[in-house]
Amino acid sequence: MASLDPRIQRAEPELWQTPNTTLGPLEHWTTYEVFLQKTRGSHAQHVGSLHAPDPEIALILAKEQYTRRSSCVSLWVVPTVCILKTTTEEEGMFQPAVDKTYREPQGYLNTRERLEKYRHRIPSSSC
Amino acid sequence: MLEQLETLILSLADDELIMGHRQAEWIGLGPILEEDIAFASIAQDETGHAQAYYQILTDLGLRTPDEYAFRRSAKEFRCAHLVELPNFDYDYSLALMRHFLYDGAEQVRLQALSHSAYEPLAGLAQRLLREEKYHWLHATTWIKRLGRSTEEAHLRLQSALNQLYPYAWGLFEELPEEAAMVEAGWIPPSAQLREQWLALVLPILEAAGLQTQMPSTQALTAVMGGRRGWHSPYFEALLAELTEVSASEPEAEW
Repeated sequence: MASLDPRIQRAEPELWQTPNTTLGPLEHWTTYEVFLQKTRGSHAQHVGSLHAPDPEIALILAKEQYTRRSSCVSLWVVPTVCILKTTTEEEGMFQPAVDKTYREPQGYLNTRERLEKYRHRIPSSSC
Repeated sequence: MLEQLETLILSLADDELIMGHRQAEWIGLGPILEEDIAFASIAQDETGHAQAYYQILTDLGLRTPDEYAFRRSAKEFRCAHLVELPNFDYDYSLALMRHFLYDGAEQVRLQALSHSAYEPLAGLAQRLLREEKYHWLHATTWIKRLGRSTEEAHLRLQSALNQLYPYAWGLFEELPEEAAMVEAGWIPPSAQLREQWLALVLPILEAAGLQTQMPSTQALTAVMGGRRGWHSPYFEALLAELTEVSASEPEAEW
């Protein structure tokens, strides 16, 4: 489905041209990653993958694989080959070398309290 | 009037119950795991729809869903022959084609029923349509995809269609005392629904490169009768299997 945001261009099923391939005995279809949006406005979250011969079939299969035990408002499917992943060797770059807890969400906890404390330290005339 | 209502609702419910049973026979045998799960889930939906239809009758003081499903003789069932047919040699194109022809009929039937003058039926039809939207999407996506697939896929689909097409017409067999039901505003005439069904399924079949031929009178006569309790030769065995466990301990609480 088209997005209301013109910058977001999603796949148009009519434009997909998936070649017909006959699978050998131990071959299987390509895989798709499935993303599920629980409620309107929430982020689509990755829930798993599946085999399918084309994106449209992937969508109809995703519906029963990933929503039959709970509900959602929409599904995305993305060919796994479209996903670029960081390597295990690169894992280290996500770990901070020095203390950066100030960047973490809890760094913003009690902001109001701290602001009040700060206000008391400066003369009221300058406010 | 109650008797006519029972006839109408049983024709709808019995189609669902038996279709669900036949589709459920595919569990573990589907072409790939993902499709096996999806198809089994659809089968389970159909069985659930049957239960919801029977419940309308239960609410009117008639039998319970379990009694309707497990304790009737074959001639009391009002399902069409299309849903009774076995899966034969388990060719998945036959399963998909039956699914497509049947769920196309469900689309037009439920859309009509959602405007029924009999309110419990109209309300139920509106709810079922939500779930049927997926059944229809599943069926049409596969037919369209396989229609532009290999020569073998095309031949198998065409052969399945040739076999099932007259049976699908049997879904629109006129109900006993149908005129009174139409008069009451419960349903449109079956022949009218059949025309709507043809307008829905034929363009999709044609786009998939598949040919249909209007069934001969002889072919049609052979597949009619389900709505009056006359069934195909496969039905007795199906019913025996369907009721086997329940019959072993009729008074058991499940």
